[in-house]
Amino acid sequence: MKSTMTTTNQSFQERVDTIKSGGAEKYHDKNKEKGKLFVRERLELLFDDDLSVEDAFFANCQDGTLPADGVVTGIGKINGEQVCVMANDSTVKAGSWGARTVEKIIRIQETALKLNIPMLYLVDSAGARITDQVEMFPNRRGAGRIFHNQIKLSGRVPQVCLLFGPSAAGGAYIPAFCDIVVMVDGNASMYLGSPRMAEKVIGEKVTLEEMGGATMHCSVSGCGDVLAKDEQEAISFCRRYLGYFPSNYSERPKAKETMDPRAFEKSLEEIIPENQNAPFDMYQLIDRLIDEGSFCEIKKKFAPELITGLSRIDGKSVGIIANQPRAKGGVLFPDSADKAAKFIQLCDAFNIPLLFLADIPGFMIGTKVERAGIIRHGAKMLSAMSEATVPKISVIVRKAYGAGLYAMAGPAFEPDACLALPSAQIAVMGPEAAVNAVYANKIAALPEEERPAFIKQKHEEYKENIDIYRLASEMIIDDIVEPNRLRSELSVRFEAYERKDVTFTHRKHGVYPV
Amino acid sequence: MTEVKASMAGSVWKLVAAQGDQINEGDDVAILESMKMEIPIPSESSGTVKEIKVEEGDFVNEGDVIAIIE
Repeated sequence: MKSTMTTTNQSFQERVDTIKSGGAEKYHDKNKEKGKLFVRERLELLFDDDLSVEDAFFANCQDGTLPADGVVTGIGKINGEQVCVMANDSTVKAGSWGARTVEKIIRIQETALKLNIPMLYLVDSAGARITDQVEMFPNRRGAGRIFHNQIKLSGRVPQVCLLFGPSAAGGAYIPAFCDIVVMVDGNASMYLGSPRMAEKVIGEKVTLEEMGGATMHCSVSGCGDVLAKDEQEAISFCRRYLGYFPSNYSERPKAKETMDPRAFEKSLEEIIPENQNAPFDMYQLIDRLIDEGSFCEIKKKFAPELITGLSRIDGKSVGIIANQPRAKGGVLFPDSADKAAKFIQLCDAFNIPLLFLADIPGFMIGTKVERAGIIRHGAKMLSAMSEATVPKISVIVRKAYGAGLYAMAGPAFEPDACLALPSAQIAVMGPEAAVNAVYANKIAALPEEERPAFIKQKHEEYKENIDIYRLASEMIIDDIVEPNRLRSELSVRFEAYERKDVTFTHRKHGVYPV
Repeated sequence: MTEVKASMAGSVWKLVAAQGDQINEGDDVAILESMKMEIPIPSESSGTVKEIKVEEGDFVNEGDVIAIIE
């Protein structure tokens, strides 16, 4: 049994070894049972070549029971690029925060700010040490400063949270301010009040998994972005994810070698159904457009009616926002609008061009969504999309009705190009709904046997009116593209728009519709 | 026993499965019509359809139970 106590008689090397080994053995064993790695093992897996610089290794060393004060901070390299990291050590007082823990986190954030490099948060912490609250909670360099720094870093450098264990109460705001949160199934959790507290304070009986588990957050609340089956998967996701990003907002993502899309038996032309109202699997289209194996999906389990993910076309990073008719008809809901808004901001902040793939009947209607504030949630999406100044291309795959056209970077929102497939249909609403809206009274007045013929004639007239060649002739859309040529068209256009350099407007900031 | 629930508000356009049918995870139980779209409602588990709770033409709200799988 090794002791974590350091005494004045210890040699330098003994002290170093003690600190490096973290907390007491029983806590290491407990973590192992849960499939959790030791913090230094996590860092070894994360970096190309372990942590290169470590800060405040001896923090709180005179206490003797708090190696590194429960957090490892420093700099290492991922894919050859430097990043800053803070990583809780849950073998040391459950990864809780004391005064030096907080100061270490604040300092590494300040380093990320000075060096303009990504900041990673490997979270596994029970929260504040209540016994130390005066030293770490209310003061200028208390825990609040961690969040203040995160907000300052946001959009300047990528911020990633890997959640390996709990992030409780105030600590739950670390993931909240990151660009992306990867949660390990079964171990990761996020909550303001624990189930025990909920039972005491509001009388609710609930399990930890229901309250703030990884599956719940990645599919219901949207606080989690990626559900990983274990820590190894979470870490390898992080390494892959950062490959799509530059180190900071003033740089461009680095291109990789170009790859052909995956080969399919059926061409794009063959898989798009003629009936606008029939479901269609948008992943089938995405896979035919992007470099094989390059899709890195964000929030896959949350609001699946809208797909968001990073990809590569000709080796270059492209952010994809695509309606998914297979789920909820591809209709936009409050959650899907939020999902889009954050993803668009993420890509725009780090110079990743945006591709919108529209196949959308519109925003959802009905009392349920009106009460949920679909108007203000939809406004968030429009606002983020509108403000994005990276190259933007919208492709109308099938239908784009009503505000759905607007949300998917329709012509009024300054996309660099609005392209349409020959199957595209752009209108305020679909033919059935439109004929009903305009001629309801007239239809009702007709003898019943004459109605079907009248409705059919009006449908045809309506379709002619919104014919895609008419819209091209009026220069509403910039081009009609054969489906099988879409990938090469996107590739040349994205290359052509690479030099785009615009400022949206001059002001302090907009008043966001939240 | 699992419940198959409506993913969004709409009317039941077609019942694909019937009571007593054997179905696999991912098989459609019903197709709703909403926002002029066909909305397939797949089962999240494999088993036997114990009960169909709706009829064609019914309005269902998001979260309403369409069928019970055993």
